[in-house]
Amino acid sequence: MFYRENGQFKSNYTEDQQILGIRQDRWFIFGLIAFAACAMPYIASDYMFRAILIPFLIVSLAAIGLNLLVGYCGQISLGHAAFMAVGAYAAYNLVVHFPGLNFIVVLVLAGLISALVGIFFGLPSLQIKGLYLGVATLAAQFFVDWVFARVKWFTNYSPSGSVSTATVELFGWTIDTPIKKYLFILAVVIVFTLMAKNLVRGHIGRSWMAMRDMDVAAEVIGIRPMYAKLTAFAVSAFYAGVAGALWGFLHLGSWEPAAFSINFSLNLLFMIIIGGMGSILGSFIGAAFIVLLPLFLNQTLLLLNKLGMNVGTAMASHLEFMIFGALIVFFLIVEPLGIARLWAVAKEKLRLWPFPH
Amino acid sequence: MATKKNGPVITLGVILGIGLAAPRFTGSAPGFYLEVLLGGLMAGGLYSLVALGFVLIFKASGVFNFAQGAMVLFAALALARLAEWLPGWVGIPAGLPALALAFVLATGIMVALAWVIERVVLRPLVAQDPAALLMATLGVTFFLDGFGQTIWGSDIYKIDLGISKDPTFILESMFQGGILVSKEDLVATVIAALLVLMLAIFFQKTATGRALRAVADDHQAAQSIGIPLNRIWVIVWAVAGFVALVAGMVWGAKLGVQFSLSQLALKALPVVILGGFTSIPGAILGGLIIGVGEKMAEVFLGPPVIKLFDLAGGGIENWFAYVLALLFLMVRPEGLFGEKHIDRV
Repeated sequence: MFYRENGQFKSNYTEDQQILGIRQDRWFIFGLIAFAACAMPYIASDYMFRAILIPFLIVSLAAIGLNLLVGYCGQISLGHAAFMAVGAYAAYNLVVHFPGLNFIVVLVLAGLISALVGIFFGLPSLQIKGLYLGVATLAAQFFVDWVFARVKWFTNYSPSGSVSTATVELFGWTIDTPIKKYLFILAVVIVFTLMAKNLVRGHIGRSWMAMRDMDVAAEVIGIRPMYAKLTAFAVSAFYAGVAGALWGFLHLGSWEPAAFSINFSLNLLFMIIIGGMGSILGSFIGAAFIVLLPLFLNQTLLLLNKLGMNVGTAMASHLEFMIFGALIVFFLIVEPLGIARLWAVAKEKLRLWPFPH
Repeated sequence: MATKKNGPVITLGVILGIGLAAPRFTGSAPGFYLEVLLGGLMAGGLYSLVALGFVLIFKASGVFNFAQGAMVLFAALALARLAEWLPGWVGIPAGLPALALAFVLATGIMVALAWVIERVVLRPLVAQDPAALLMATLGVTFFLDGFGQTIWGSDIYKIDLGISKDPTFILESMFQGGILVSKEDLVATVIAALLVLMLAIFFQKTATGRALRAVADDHQAAQSIGIPLNRIWVIVWAVAGFVALVAGMVWGAKLGVQFSLSQLALKALPVVILGGFTSIPGAILGGLIIGVGEKMAEVFLGPPVIKLFDLAGGGIENWFAYVLALLFLMVRPEGLFGEKHIDRV
């Protein structure tokens, strides 16, 4: 009744090509952005920024990157945290060696360096696919872990092996409080989401999806597999690199290579499975899910302990593992396209409501 | 075909050659080199055990079982804890008798687990994209890791095989100081060899084994002559569970039963890449090559690399196997022994 596009006529190509074709969608998204940018800083506490909103936004960005590769191009990656690590350390070194460089430039350069590494580890995808590629990306994960843990140059010869960053400054605006960090990250995420959305509905995104759906057919209709796959790896690693730089500079502040371990990679993969493969919205939903679930479990645990049941923290982490595992299997079987698909189905239903057909 | 036969021999030869040349550059004794070689072979034998479970499942059901490592951990936890609890429950003496009974019970548990996995995970996902199945086994991995530690506990447990941990020296007459070998490793190697022998007999001589091989060759043909696929999958997962139990026992006895077993077992992935996904001899030889290769790399390649790049320490063995597998994927994706047919782009 409320969500219906009748009466909304498109009279020129610009209107026809807009990302959000239905007016209600447009209002909803603009409202959401306005709420996140204007209202959130007033209502959320510092804890909420630090523990929920900032991690959520950054991992969403990384999840979008992974989704471009896995969900849109069909190339599996088990080592995406490695690309985040590359981005984080690249940004760190850029800041150390070129002080005074604008942070946005640093972010973009970090992303580009990460993209180069991504292309390198994506090269095996030209020879192999599917499961085998998983191992190649695992190689990326372990090798990158090792490089940043052992090669002193990358950590600027810090004795403990961990690096810490100075406060980020942008055009004289010091990003030091959680609110400022949040607003800056929000802006970055909006820009990159818009870019991703446009990429996947453009020429490149279509060639990725063609590769995913059937590589031989894609080649026959004139899509170059090498170009399609390597661009997917490059763009995906670019997103991961930017997310990694943000994660290091604005979320962690100081970190060591273990911050970007294989578990991070697997969590990213879980985000897009639960949220929805091949869906930008799904990346956000999945990221929210994975960020919120441990917090939610901890709260439940506290509640249970208050009620007199004695559940240790070790138990909570095991439960978290079990729930993640069970959910992955559940979603793969019941709804392989994730929560985003459920959302799409709900919207379809809403268009017809209250009529059955 | 020539490369197919010679490939593994050449690889092993190159590794041995590097090793033989290394003492000249590093100035270490040849006895030390042999010691590293043996250590590598032992570690490789353990990798082979995990890789075996991998290959079994991949051959029979085409599933790339990421959860093999979690199964190793789960089985080892079950074994260690049951051996600890059983004397209190049924009053059998602690030590080897309890361990034997625990082994039987743990086998039962792994079979039950195989049945549950087939029912709950594999059957609904049959004929899905292999990548989806891989992710499903990732889910199984997480579930098993959490579930195992919930019911069995999450400390470090010991499996006592009743072997002394004292090292022995062999070949003292040939080399100065002899070669250091631990008895535990020797027993582990014997167990691994026995397991492989048992599997070979099972696959070659029994009706079920023949059915398994038929399914591995061609699902549809096997089904059309009346082999029940679902039951075969349960059996093959059960066998893989048993292999995981043996691997867990040997590893647990060596390193203690702890969470890192699950991560360590990830090393089986490069092993199967190297050996070929569909080859049991490949899994064994691949494991040995990786085991020897990474020990050699750590001991002989490590110091010069550290000096050259001014590193903060070694640890080459953490990634050596994966990068070797990566190179292999670029040059020879079907592995040393795998079938030529492969998903190439």
